[in-house]
Amino acid sequence: MATRDSVWNEMPAINRDLLAPLLTISARYLALVAGLATLVAAGAGVWLYQIETGIGQTNMHPPVFWSSYIASFVYWIGVSHSGTFISGVLRLTKAEWRRPITRIAELMTIISVMIAALCVFFHLGRVWRWYYLLPYPNQRQIWPDFRSPLMWDATAIFTYATASTIYLYLPLIPDFALARDRVGGWRQRLYALLCLGWKGSQQEWETLNTAIRIVTPLIVMVMVSVHSIVGWDFGMSLVPGWHTSIIAPYFVVGAVHSGLGMVAIGLYVVRRTYRLEGYIRSEHFDKLGKLLVVTTLTLAYLYFADQLTVWYGKKPDEMAILHSLVAGPYAVPFWTMIVLIYVGPLVLLTAPSFRAWPAGMMLMGVGINVGMYVERALIIVPPLTHPRLTYQWSDYFPAWSELVILAGALAMAVLLYVLLAKFVPLISIWEEKEGRLHAASR
Amino acid sequence: MSDAEDKRPYRWGMVIDLDRCTGCEACVVACHAENNIRISGEAEAAQGRAINWIRIERYWEGEYPNVSAKFMPVLCQHCDNAPCEPVCPVYASYHTPDGLNAQVYNRCIGVRYCGNNCPYVARQFNWFDPHWDPPLEEQLNPDVSVRQNGIMEKCTFCVQRIRKAKEQAESEGRRVRDGEIVPACVQTCPTSALVFGDRNDPNSRVSILAQGDRGFHLLESLGTDPAITYLKRLS
Repeated sequence: MATRDSVWNEMPAINRDLLAPLLTISARYLALVAGLATLVAAGAGVWLYQIETGIGQTNMHPPVFWSSYIASFVYWIGVSHSGTFISGVLRLTKAEWRRPITRIAELMTIISVMIAALCVFFHLGRVWRWYYLLPYPNQRQIWPDFRSPLMWDATAIFTYATASTIYLYLPLIPDFALARDRVGGWRQRLYALLCLGWKGSQQEWETLNTAIRIVTPLIVMVMVSVHSIVGWDFGMSLVPGWHTSIIAPYFVVGAVHSGLGMVAIGLYVVRRTYRLEGYIRSEHFDKLGKLLVVTTLTLAYLYFADQLTVWYGKKPDEMAILHSLVAGPYAVPFWTMIVLIYVGPLVLLTAPSFRAWPAGMMLMGVGINVGMYVERALIIVPPLTHPRLTYQWSDYFPAWSELVILAGALAMAVLLYVLLAKFVPLISIWEEKEGRLHAASR
Repeated sequence: MSDAEDKRPYRWGMVIDLDRCTGCEACVVACHAENNIRISGEAEAAQGRAINWIRIERYWEGEYPNVSAKFMPVLCQHCDNAPCEPVCPVYASYHTPDGLNAQVYNRCIGVRYCGNNCPYVARQFNWFDPHWDPPLEEQLNPDVSVRQNGIMEKCTFCVQRIRKAKEQAESEGRRVRDGEIVPACVQTCPTSALVFGDRNDPNSRVSILAQGDRGFHLLESLGTDPAITYLKRLS
């Protein structure tokens, strides 16, 4: 058992290990950045082409007015819940194992909110008039319509992005101060600015801890409301299959499910790339796996409750959608989704030996995220292809341009993360130290 | 007592007699000519993107050989409780005092929520900039704006004709007379299956026909309160 003295002797090594990514740049890193930047450029090029020629470059057509871009929007908002859930809820419950995970997850939050917002811009028919959505005092005194769930959504996401940025920034202040003292060059001046002159006095620590204590419960509430509102984008409509009261809690749990899966991927990659096995241990993958079992069961319960009600009610409008999923044109993606997000996690993650296997947990994260993406698409497309007037029934599959743009968005998310890894310590250094001291003095 | 003192607003409405409709689609053609609706080629039509403000839905009834075709013209129902209106984040879809469900082209940014939320799939989207093969671009209606890439459009009940008649009536100090406004589809219907008029005038043809026992509204249970009444004999 480590004593307080031995923990104090570990401090220089912790500083060295966790600041190392900021100080080194390998050729492989540069190659990765170049590769990702190329994909981003390809996506941006196709997007410009779509803006120039028309949104018709997609495969949308009446009655499928929303499709892959909105599915991606919902998916990315979901992923963004990883950071707040992990760090917010675990901070509130004072779970010690959160310490090496929070920063990795919070960075995902910021990046995926940005990508989600980008997906809305992909979707707009006249993206060059996007500012009509802003409540600014224009000459004609026309305001946006706050009766529209889309305005609730825009407000919620703006709030969430702002709050998450504050929430990421607060615990970063002591780490920026540490980086200021140990990183040279132009970045030293930037870190000095960002750490707000942090000296590490007792009063500063007390202020910081109070601020974090105030922001944490708030951001958890914002998180729940944001994805509820994303659910209400669909729930408030008259579309059969969307108009259901369960959609808000279902979206929140689904978001946490995919977010946790994404954290598993992030933990694995960060641990492997920077050899942080001493910080991100199999214990952390184990705890993450247990949380994923909880979200799997909750999500499956909500989904079952929803579909059972539809099936028993036998209303033709809704049955047409259910049938197209279970045995119709969407059967293959539907059953793939069932396996990837419900059956797979439930079977594998209940085995302790699987949870302790980092690579397996990473693959599970990939599976859950692919499954949740398919799930988002299946929420949006089948109800739209089956409107009440059967004369208008239709089908949809994304066009190549949609796929390139969305792949570019994914590459951009990874690229931003890779770039931030060279600027922000990926594990909260002071919280890691604090955790070791807590453990030693217990 | 003069008509000018009658301050009731108009409440435009239509009656569609399904027992008279032959499915000839003359209304579709007339609507295209009147409202500068873009020409969609064969390829676009195959993608389901052909823009029609009014369409004839054809349903088959019975089993071969005792089969019959049923035709139902569907256009924007100009709902009094329109699902497309509150979901628009920028007020591009709004209700006029005359009960029309209007689309403000300049305001639309193309989020397309209205399109999803219309249970009648009456709303049409401009996936590209419009195009007319020459010499068709020479015969555009100057009273109707041409819609650009990225915005929603739909039936207006030929609002340009409504405007003209209202201005005429106003200058003469009277209400618009029944039958004075004739939208293009109504004008061209060879069997007079379509009738247009003011629902606030109890003596208008539209009000009288709509009160008959053959009347129903499309997807009535949704409570959208459409301005269009369909007539069909129950046999």
